[in-house]
Amino acid sequence: MSQAAGLPSPRLSASTRRRLVHWGFIAIALLYVGILVLAPLVGIAWVAIQAGWSTIATTLRQPDVVHAFYLTAVITLITVAVTSVFGVIVALVITRDRFPGRPLMSAFVDLPLAVSPVIVGLMAAVLFGRGGWFEPWFSSHGIQILFAVPSMVLVTIFICIPFVIREVVPVLKELGVTEEEAARTLGASSLQTFFRVTLRNIRWGLLYGVALSTARAIGEIGAVLIVSGAITGKTETATLIILRFFDQYQDAQGYIVAITLALVSILLLVAIETFKRRQERMRQT
Amino acid sequence: MTGPQQLTGTPIRVEHLWKRFGEFEAVRDVTFTAEAGSVTALLGPSGSGKSTVLRMIAGLEEPTAGRIWMEREEHTFKTVQERRVGFVFQHFALFRHMTVAQNVAFGLSVRKEPKPQQRARVQDLLELVQLTGFRDRYPDQLSGGQRQRVALARALAPQPKVLLLDEPFGALDARVRQELRRWLDDLHRELGVTSLLVTHDQDEALELANRIVVMHEGRVEQVGSPDEVYDEPATPFVAGFVGSSSVLHGNVVDGHVQFGDHRVPGAGHLAEGEPARAFIRPHDVRVTTSPQDGTLPASVERVVNLGWLSRVVLRLPDDQVLTAEIANDELSGIQVGSSVSVDLRRAKAFPSAELGADGGLTTEMTSTPAGS
Repeated sequence: MSQAAGLPSPRLSASTRRRLVHWGFIAIALLYVGILVLAPLVGIAWVAIQAGWSTIATTLRQPDVVHAFYLTAVITLITVAVTSVFGVIVALVITRDRFPGRPLMSAFVDLPLAVSPVIVGLMAAVLFGRGGWFEPWFSSHGIQILFAVPSMVLVTIFICIPFVIREVVPVLKELGVTEEEAARTLGASSLQTFFRVTLRNIRWGLLYGVALSTARAIGEIGAVLIVSGAITGKTETATLIILRFFDQYQDAQGYIVAITLALVSILLLVAIETFKRRQERMRQT
Repeated sequence: MTGPQQLTGTPIRVEHLWKRFGEFEAVRDVTFTAEAGSVTALLGPSGSGKSTVLRMIAGLEEPTAGRIWMEREEHTFKTVQERRVGFVFQHFALFRHMTVAQNVAFGLSVRKEPKPQQRARVQDLLELVQLTGFRDRYPDQLSGGQRQRVALARALAPQPKVLLLDEPFGALDARVRQELRRWLDDLHRELGVTSLLVTHDQDEALELANRIVVMHEGRVEQVGSPDEVYDEPATPFVAGFVGSSSVLHGNVVDGHVQFGDHRVPGAGHLAEGEPARAFIRPHDVRVTTSPQDGTLPASVERVVNLGWLSRVVLRLPDDQVLTAEIANDELSGIQVGSSVSVDLRRAKAFPSAELGADGGLTTEMTSTPAGS
């Protein structure tokens, strides 16, 4: 789109146009994130605060609410621990080993992302419910799976499987094996190589995976709703209690629990980001 | 330099080593010995199997067949840890999240050496590689040459029995490579650790090594001193790969390679009437302005000044082309278009049958072609 030199033109100069396009895209991105992510968050926060500080305090001190947060924390911690350890093992196997069925395994890892949590809950109900494959064994040993914490942990783990693996696999691929080989020629055992070299190199990927896993575990509702039975004070998690508050027209309480839950997730992400930044800055000096 | 470097020389012997990756035979029946305290170069083009041999000696790759010995002790089935080799990787392979000092200390720290000894050893090695001021830097804050020196210090820290270098200068630019090569030469003189150097760069091999193992398509083509490999190539591959050569095609006629109406001697070991190739190095081509006994006529096609010498492209009467290198002060009478006489008596003749895909035959040939 050249224009004759010297002629006064109604069109904008190339550099102005480039700047306009540049700012245009920034505006689109800001609007998109602002409307879809920030606005609802601010909205919930606003409604929660409007309820008044005393309502907030009493709501958060309610025994059922405290128990729900406690249960969510327990499920999240177990889930994150399990998906991190096994996630790293699976990621190592996927990137480092060649065996028949490896591509299939790689695809199966993503399955929990594709299946609706409600369906995950139903699958668990089929396996552990009355007449399910595993039900006779567990009930004969007096272990309650369905409508109890074990099944809630189980479905949450299932849903969170992909996150650590998805974050760690590309990092491992990019790293290659030469640093590990170097460690071995220097006399390091497999465990020393893993903890001193591999784990150090994948730590940011792993931490992001953990963050995503945590956020997902905290927010899980569909599968947990089906397998837990949502028994107040027993199998009611934070998300389930929000649901109940709305069902019982206690909107303010619902918003208060919701914003608290959201704040925990946000703080987690911010903490990881700052931690990472600080580490990087330390290396630059 | 302080001296905890009592690195005794350990000989390495490799016997009938094979490595197969699926259908691909990367290493085929490789046998050689690296003398104690010497530098041995594994020289060959990429894909010749030289790195695989090195990795098998280090224990990073398991041989399909064959045996590996160090100091009269079989190492074929030992783990990487047990072998105590120092390995220097082409792309440095430094631990990116560790400082220079931590990198160098790694081999000591995994073997649980006491901290004060570690510190002293790291200090010694950083002095040795002239990087004392860089101990708290991270690898990404160093230049390529500095990184490679850290890699070398790291490999030497646990006092390895042997030092294995996999294309150690491959990722560096030409000037740094020259510098580091000279420095490594000095270092080896000082330490005397048996070193095995994998390289595709013949200059590197000729400059640094006491012995050269030339490899091609997984096989050993020739084992010899730099002089032997350069002056007495055992196979056409070596003649073509080590140093540059012009190749002239002809047939064997009474112990000469004949092309057109002219011939060069030195094909006495070849079957009469067979097609043959004569390899001649540019600096072995003697060019005179008047014909002498045994010379061939040629015309000068091109003269390229390379500084103190010139590269002269010559065309023989049967249209084959060869290159000569002549010192500039001996260039009088040799200019584009002039007719000259060339003396090719230093050419090495090889049968043409071995040319091409079948590299397998070449190791069978043990006879050294007669030079002039």
